[in-house]
Amino acid sequence: MSGFPILTVMLAVPAIAAVACLFLNAQGARWLALAATFVDLALGILLWSGFQTGDGAAQWQFVEHVRLFGIGGAEFAWALGIDGFALLLIVLSVFLMPICIGASWLSVTKRVPEYMAAFLATEVLMIGTFAAQDLMLFYVFFEGGLIPMFLIIGIWGGANRIYASYKFFLYTLLGSLLMLIAIIYMILTTGTTSIPALMQHDFPAHVQTWLWLAFFASFAVKMPMWPVHTWLPDAHVQAPTAGSVILAGVLLKLGGYGFLRFSLPMFPEASAQFIWLVFLLSAVAVVYTSLVALVQSDMKKLIAYSSVAHMAIVTFGLFALNSQGIEGAMMVMLGHGVVSGALFLCVGVIYDRLHTREIDRYGGLAINMPRYAVLFLLFTMASVGLPGTSNFIGEFLSLAGIYQVSTLYALLGTTGIILGAAYMLYLYRRVAFGDLTKDDVKAMPDLDLREFVMLGALAAVTLWMGVYPESFMKPMRGDVEKLVARLERAAPAGDSLPTVGKPAPAVEHGEHAAAPVAHGEAH
Amino acid sequence: MSAIYFIVFLPLLAAAVAGLSNKAFGKTFPKVITTGSLFIACALSWPIFISYLGGHAEPTVSPIFTWMLSGSMQVDWALRVDSLTAVMLVVVTSVSALVHLYSWGYMSEEPDQPRFFAYLSLFTFAMLMLVTANNLVQMFFGWEGVGLASYLLIGFWFRKPSANAAAIKAFVVNRVGDLGFMLGIFGTFLVFGTIDIPTILAAAPNMHGSTIGFLGARFDTMTVLCLLLFVGAMGKSAQLGLHTWLPDAMEGPTPVSALIHAATMVTAGVFMVCRMSPMFEQSQVALGVVTFVGAATCFFAATVGTTQTDIKRVIAYSTCSQLGYMFFAAGVGAYGAAMFHLFTHAFFKALLFLGAGSVIHAMHHEQDMRYYGGLWKKIPVTYWTMMAGTLAITGVGIPGIFGNTAFGFAGFHSKDAIIEASYAAGQTSAFWVGVFVALLTSFYSWRVVFLTFHGKPRWAASEHIQHAVHDAHGHGHDDHADDGHAHAAHGHDDHHHDHAHEGDGTAGYHPHESPIVMLIPLLILSVGAVLAGFVFHGFFIEPSAGESYWHGAVAFNEHLMHAMHEVPVWVKLSATIAMLSGLAIAYGAYIVSPSFPAKFAEAFRPLYLFSLNKWYFDELYNFLFVRPAFAIGRLFWKKGDEATIDRFGPNGVAKVVQLGGGVTAKLQSGYVYAYAFIMLIGLTAALTWVIAR
Repeated sequence: MSGFPILTVMLAVPAIAAVACLFLNAQGARWLALAATFVDLALGILLWSGFQTGDGAAQWQFVEHVRLFGIGGAEFAWALGIDGFALLLIVLSVFLMPICIGASWLSVTKRVPEYMAAFLATEVLMIGTFAAQDLMLFYVFFEGGLIPMFLIIGIWGGANRIYASYKFFLYTLLGSLLMLIAIIYMILTTGTTSIPALMQHDFPAHVQTWLWLAFFASFAVKMPMWPVHTWLPDAHVQAPTAGSVILAGVLLKLGGYGFLRFSLPMFPEASAQFIWLVFLLSAVAVVYTSLVALVQSDMKKLIAYSSVAHMAIVTFGLFALNSQGIEGAMMVMLGHGVVSGALFLCVGVIYDRLHTREIDRYGGLAINMPRYAVLFLLFTMASVGLPGTSNFIGEFLSLAGIYQVSTLYALLGTTGIILGAAYMLYLYRRVAFGDLTKDDVKAMPDLDLREFVMLGALAAVTLWMGVYPESFMKPMRGDVEKLVARLERAAPAGDSLPTVGKPAPAVEHGEHAAAPVAHGEAH
Repeated sequence: MSAIYFIVFLPLLAAAVAGLSNKAFGKTFPKVITTGSLFIACALSWPIFISYLGGHAEPTVSPIFTWMLSGSMQVDWALRVDSLTAVMLVVVTSVSALVHLYSWGYMSEEPDQPRFFAYLSLFTFAMLMLVTANNLVQMFFGWEGVGLASYLLIGFWFRKPSANAAAIKAFVVNRVGDLGFMLGIFGTFLVFGTIDIPTILAAAPNMHGSTIGFLGARFDTMTVLCLLLFVGAMGKSAQLGLHTWLPDAMEGPTPVSALIHAATMVTAGVFMVCRMSPMFEQSQVALGVVTFVGAATCFFAATVGTTQTDIKRVIAYSTCSQLGYMFFAAGVGAYGAAMFHLFTHAFFKALLFLGAGSVIHAMHHEQDMRYYGGLWKKIPVTYWTMMAGTLAITGVGIPGIFGNTAFGFAGFHSKDAIIEASYAAGQTSAFWVGVFVALLTSFYSWRVVFLTFHGKPRWAASEHIQHAVHDAHGHGHDDHADDGHAHAAHGHDDHHHDHAHEGDGTAGYHPHESPIVMLIPLLILSVGAVLAGFVFHGFFIEPSAGESYWHGAVAFNEHLMHAMHEVPVWVKLSATIAMLSGLAIAYGAYIVSPSFPAKFAEAFRPLYLFSLNKWYFDELYNFLFVRPAFAIGRLFWKKGDEATIDRFGPNGVAKVVQLGGGVTAKLQSGYVYAYAFIMLIGLTAALTWVIAR
């Protein structure tokens, strides 16, 4: 693949299409957007199949480097390149984009060319964020990614869209500013903007603490972690369906990616130092937001709260600082990206028919929408973390990772599987089960071909990731090993510390049968 | 290709085909494909079992592919077959095949049959994955898979609110157990560095004296691991504390109760403890807990079973109680006896459930035994097969105390073995609980028989029967649509009536014997209930034959099995005496003097209510967990998110900024572009600052 700047092309295709969309009519913009996202999907698959794994494979592949300008020793460059983590998240993004365009095909009728342009811009910025190897370039993509999302909510959102986009903005602004200061400090002190170089750089411990906190401010909001999560339910509720899909599917992964790319490798000591903080907030999030999800009457809000709980498993896993934890966290991110995206689509499907997100307005959909009910059930079960679906792999591995650090937090994290089952099955019951009594619900038709194809594709990937996750775990294995090796010096010992045992004494059986033997001999 | 691949994956394939094709190829196709593949799987399973009985077969592991590979954790999809798996294979495939067949008749009026049969086959697949697991994570896959199938089948009649509630309850309560199972897997991986079962079991005997930290304190390693795993077993096998879902699970169609909630899924916990028995052997504390929980469940469920009036609920509590027997057998180290009771119980309990289904079918969906009575002449095949089941569960037989070979119905061999083993192991209190529960078992089982089949008909008071008779008359307002049973429209026309008999409690209703597809499974299972104990007891529990059969698949304790045969005569007789006493009390109370139970209940009212209300577990849990969860959720949402975080967070900031000037007020009123613009300006400013500095 050397020579062909595939990453730049993946950025250029949607970027050019986005501009072109603005000059087309609604139908033209739809088709162009769909074509562009499919081209990127094809390129993403090419990227995936061309990615080298195993011994001898380079950590950074598909590298591109064009010097832009230099100031005071710091070189700024158009530097792109991916490792396994970035690859997987790029593949997730390009897979979800055509589905987003498809989901908006009929439901968006206002300012369609602008809408499509906004989505394509989001795609550019997502891929850019994951592919950037230059710190400044990363920052531009990372923060810029919010602008189109912000517009999507603010212009094509629901009734209370202004409040939602404003809240979204306020939260992220605070975090970004602190991160920007940290980034500038890092560039000034190290004299490089290269992310791969910085990942090898050892900052002094006390500096790490401050830098870690500054990055944490940004990533915790993006994640979102409790207690800076309240923008998410509002943003989801107000966003159009496709906006929710991309928000849950990809944007929520930015925080996790940030931790993985910056906090852990660049500040290992500080990461170990703040395990308690991350674990505490994550544990609160699992229990707190799961209970809040249980009492929601708005479908999107419920799924949004469940996202916060799932993302807490990601932060948990990442800060376990061991291979199971980190691989698990990545798998939760991927699984959640697919499954929560699918769940928001499922909400969108019935929202398009009845124009309400109120759970109690539905009921009995299994009767008149059987195909929908089956797919919705699959995604519900995946969200619950049923083995054989994508989310189980991630949850299982992260929790196994956490157990090695803290049995208490493993216990608290695992309560999520009980609470998750409660709120998701309760949701499913109220939507799909029960008798079909309401006339407008009775009139709802089952999935059409477009919806069936979109949900079917997501379902296939959900099962694929659950049954044969190796396709997804293989590309990141080398990177996880490198990261774990780097973290080793800081990683905590855990609280289990089993001592070595001895072979059991041979009298074991005798003890068992002590009482009866006496009887036996008497005969 | 080894047969095991076909045994496991045919049901999955059948489930997929039946479920996806649904009604596309007509009504019969999904039934044929699912039932057919189950009979094939069953036919392939028996030779495997028999080869192990012959003592020549070695354990085999048939690989599929790697599931997960993370750091040092490797999880493979693979199918393990050894003598323990072989038992489960025949139990699962035989009962499942018969239940599929039975459902042709029982579900014949059901419009949604493909879905039902697909679920049944899916369940069977998951159960087979569970019993063939060679590692703990695949076992967990099967574990959750059967949980899913159970959820779907309990909630099969999803229009009924009570069925939905029961389905969710089953899933969520099981998840509480799964929490323990998962932590157990994590702990096992931490200690042994693998989740591969044979490797763990081989390493377990070297763990003597090892300690481990758990939740801030240090404990014996094997005790912690075994107890965590056992919490999982308690959930799946409905042991005391986590049992509340099982009686409610009776909302599902009766064939489901027979297959999942009696013969197979609920025994998964027992299977797991036996599979991990070399681990449990390392912790006397864990074994003590297993014995205690088993005995407590055994007692608790039997006391509740004595007062329930719904025929399926009595059998459900009976199942719960019998599972308790299996656990305390495992707890005293008699794993062979635990598996033996699991094996025989599968036949006679499936028989009792299917028989109950046949009664319910005949009585037009009436499940309340207070409205039964005198049915034995009307449905003789059902009567005699259920009689076989009752003789089996109560343990009727001739103890081998005079040097003769003991002979009896299935439960006689397996249950008495458990009671004798608990005595032989020196667990005197467990022994006495076992004996007393044998009396209760006999009482509640005969109570079912006497109330259902004997005495005078009491059908007239039943609303279901009144509906049936009413409809048959043809003054037909069809109120079946709203009684929530999708299956309620059930062959009314078959039930002719006769005014002359309305005074005798029959309301002129004529119950009919079930169709032949339902009777064949009953008859086959009756054979099992009569003979399974006598034929197989050698392989499961005889000292030398057992040792060669189990071949290390469970921690078979030859000494204990020897000792079991040497217990005093009064011990051997105790279970039989208890059984006869239970029978006598039931006969007295329900045949000789039918007014006695009411008087007794009146005299001991608190005790009666305590039992009738199932020891108030549901009320307690609602009070302790369910209502607080919703209340706290609401509190966090309204007081936490809205009144604290938002108020002092974004909304607070907005207020402060608004006070400072009119700029943001204008922003808030509308233009989103402005926000984007500010963000861009911020970015540009930052970049400029860096560049131009």
